[in-house]
Amino acid sequence: MKQVPLLAVENLTTVFDVKPRPVVAVNDVSFEIRKGETLGLVGESGSGKSVTAFSIIGLLQPPGRVAGGRVMFQGRDLARLPEPEMRKVRGAGIGFVFQEPMAALNPVMRVGAHIAEALVVHGLAAKAEARGRAIELLRAVKITDPEKRVDDYPHQLSGGMRQRVMMAVALACKPPLLIADEPTTALDVTVQAQVLDLLRDMKKQFDRSLLLITHDLGVIAETADRVAVMYAGRIVEQGTVREIFHHPKHPYTRGLLASIPGGAAGSRLQAIEGTVPNLSVLPPGCSFAPRCGDRMDVCATAFPPQTPAGGLDLSTVAPGAKVEHAVRCYLHGGQP
Amino acid sequence: MTPLVEVKHLVKHFERGGGLFRAKTVVKAVDDVSFVVNEGETFALVGESGSGKSTTGRCMLRLVEPTSGEVLFRGQNVLGYSSGQMRAARRDMQMVFQDPYSSLNPRMRALTIVEEPLVIHSIGSKTERRARVADLFELVGLDPAHLDRYPHEFSGGQRQRIGLARALALNPSFIIADEPVSALDVSIQAQVINLLMDLQEQLKLTYLFIAHDLRLVRHISTRVAVMYLGRIVEMGETTQIFANAQHAYTKALLSAVPATDPDAPRARIELDPAQVSHDAPLRQVSEGHFAAV
Repeated sequence: MKQVPLLAVENLTTVFDVKPRPVVAVNDVSFEIRKGETLGLVGESGSGKSVTAFSIIGLLQPPGRVAGGRVMFQGRDLARLPEPEMRKVRGAGIGFVFQEPMAALNPVMRVGAHIAEALVVHGLAAKAEARGRAIELLRAVKITDPEKRVDDYPHQLSGGMRQRVMMAVALACKPPLLIADEPTTALDVTVQAQVLDLLRDMKKQFDRSLLLITHDLGVIAETADRVAVMYAGRIVEQGTVREIFHHPKHPYTRGLLASIPGGAAGSRLQAIEGTVPNLSVLPPGCSFAPRCGDRMDVCATAFPPQTPAGGLDLSTVAPGAKVEHAVRCYLHGGQP
Repeated sequence: MTPLVEVKHLVKHFERGGGLFRAKTVVKAVDDVSFVVNEGETFALVGESGSGKSTTGRCMLRLVEPTSGEVLFRGQNVLGYSSGQMRAARRDMQMVFQDPYSSLNPRMRALTIVEEPLVIHSIGSKTERRARVADLFELVGLDPAHLDRYPHEFSGGQRQRIGLARALALNPSFIIADEPVSALDVSIQAQVINLLMDLQEQLKLTYLFIAHDLRLVRHISTRVAVMYLGRIVEMGETTQIFANAQHAYTKALLSAVPATDPDAPRARIELDPAQVSHDAPLRQVSEGHFAAV
């Protein structure tokens, strides 16, 4: 029997209605997250990875809007859920950890009150017992001295501790899915290592699914089971973490991996030439073509369709079979 | 190897707080730091936020005044310079900042930003300066046709190139680069790092490279000093530090860098602050390799 994924994003398209013409920030994006799995969504600034997350949990601010596609979560399409229903999903169904914990935490609320609020709003604890639960949760995210820290204000905590508090809030209602948007970007490398270890523990211990959004391929390699690579609003390649790191197919993925310093000291790094394109003036055809060393004539015609990696013809794949490594690039098959 | 810059017992204390009934507290941002940067090399200062690496760099150019110590540039102590002497000295010592968004004046055209050092030092006529800026633009890989654009019309990587062009305007021999690529996208970082390496070769520059990204540091620097809580805890050739780290903090820092291979074994070494003796002096562990152990 085919296992129903916990989250299935299908052809999601998010548009920002700005002048002079609307900008398509997320373009026909599809991916799945299964139970207990971590999907790493990797991309550079402006690739649409954070907008994808905001679209999933319905926190897009105008002029942004979901213009097409479905977000299937526990049998419901979140893209069409009325706001009161959506409020119940946020927190209880999907927890969220943001990049900048200081901006996400209320500076005049004590740490414990943040966690208690989540519990009380979702009817999971009475006010009286919420404090005890908050302390438990702080202990679960490895905050030392939780009995004391529960009464601290956010400014009294270090960056790493604040990120742990955010995780405690996100985990308070035991959501099956956690979305973490650049959770370690603002942190020092040793603190980042601790937070990543904690995310891995949480996943293992509670069988949580995780959508991890980051620009750092190292963070992905350490944490994700599968990877989706975004470029200019589209997923250009997705597959298991081993496939993506050991057998990358898309020239952009290969370029990203090659540009990480690691070769002989003092040697030139393999940079990707050019700059990330402006989403409002995308070239026709493949958006990566202008920067691509393997550019062909066909690349300027239409955006490549998704094909199984390795040049497989889709018709040779049994209907309904899962393609574990897929790429959108004419080098690997597909016709305009 | 000729030393170009020698930093001796540099100290910078910041006083904090202090009210009617509260005593002032002193933050020892830089606490007795000494190192030498040799001509033509890239010397990296690495550490996490609050380690004092940026303050050290700023003290060297007297963008903040150090509390005590000496900074010898070509043998002269710049900390003893008058402000006029210091201004002249800065022709030879420049800085590139981390954030290409906040370090360029948004109301000034790229031309004005890059030629400003030339104007301050009264170098050249208006046309000569424009020609010099056009040359600098080409040197850093920018299109001289874009001289009259404003910073917001450039991408992050291009803005960092403008910052670099400004730093190079007066032909300095020493550049302090404070996290020059950490605000840039991964694919752009490599371009700017390549440019820094090319310019070093072409113009015989000496770099003090301040960074937290150890992968980057390993790639471009000849020698490394690791800072922790205001002190250098380990210093040596890059290969010595990466292959044979001695200090507990260096080991923890190296083990925390995410491996870009999903199959790499993870051996995280956690730092137990109790293990670190804060007063341990640097001692030589092998030729050119020092650690505070």
